[in-house]
Amino acid sequence: MGNGTNLGRVRGLGSAKHGGKHWIDQRLTAVGNLLLTSWLVLSLLLLPNFEHETVAAWLAQPSVAVPMILMLVSIFWHVRLGLQVLIEDYVHDDGNKFAALTLLNFYVIGAAAFGIFMVAKHAFTGVPA
Amino acid sequence: MAQNPNRPISPHLQIYRWGPHMAVSIFHRATGFVLATAGMLTLLWWIASIAGGPESYASFQAWVVSAGAEATGLQTAANWFFRLLGLAVTYSFFQHFFSGIRHLLMDLGAGYELTTVRTWSIAVFIAALTATALVAMLVASRFMGI
Repeated sequence: MGNGTNLGRVRGLGSAKHGGKHWIDQRLTAVGNLLLTSWLVLSLLLLPNFEHETVAAWLAQPSVAVPMILMLVSIFWHVRLGLQVLIEDYVHDDGNKFAALTLLNFYVIGAAAFGIFMVAKHAFTGVPA
Repeated sequence: MAQNPNRPISPHLQIYRWGPHMAVSIFHRATGFVLATAGMLTLLWWIASIAGGPESYASFQAWVVSAGAEATGLQTAANWFFRLLGLAVTYSFFQHFFSGIRHLLMDLGAGYELTTVRTWSIAVFIAALTATALVAMLVASRFMGI
């Protein structure tokens, strides 16, 4: 292990041991997305119409609200892992990369929290009068 | 680090010959980006409009689906924008879906022979385009009276 170039400083240390978890999580959420988005598409196709009354009653059921919340978690987790790789591949400046990854984390956590809250609120309190 | 400029750099992005294998790979990434942004934001808008009650749902429909006879010019433009976006998101969904299944199968170590890779790559495009066409026809016949 040298102390000159960037490569020299890390050569021989092996991997950071973080890549494996990222890889496995991406596959795990991918399988979750396959199952849950298939459920969403089939469930939507079985609806008689898309009037508010129909979809509101549909979304309020536990058998719809729960998989919907699971789907939002699985998808936004997958989005975080996928777009992280995208940013790391294309944004080379360290500062910009840090900013982009920060924005990505704010986006996925904020959007997932918003969606989960909306589904839960609807399932718990029903349609506002 | 000094690099000898005469060393070959691979792949040559500008002169690389397009094939199904590389197309399916870059499409997976591009469609993933479309789904992560446009797809998910529209889905969240729809969910929030359901939870918001009949008026907010009507507002979502007026902007995204169709504003009906009293549509303003801006709403008509928005409707067409979201119809095209809907088509792009639908295609992105099926492309990413089938391409993702291909990736999971290849993660198992299956299908690395050159001809198999090529066949599966082409099959992904055909499956995605077929599924998109079926959904587009369904929507057109059921909701747009075509």
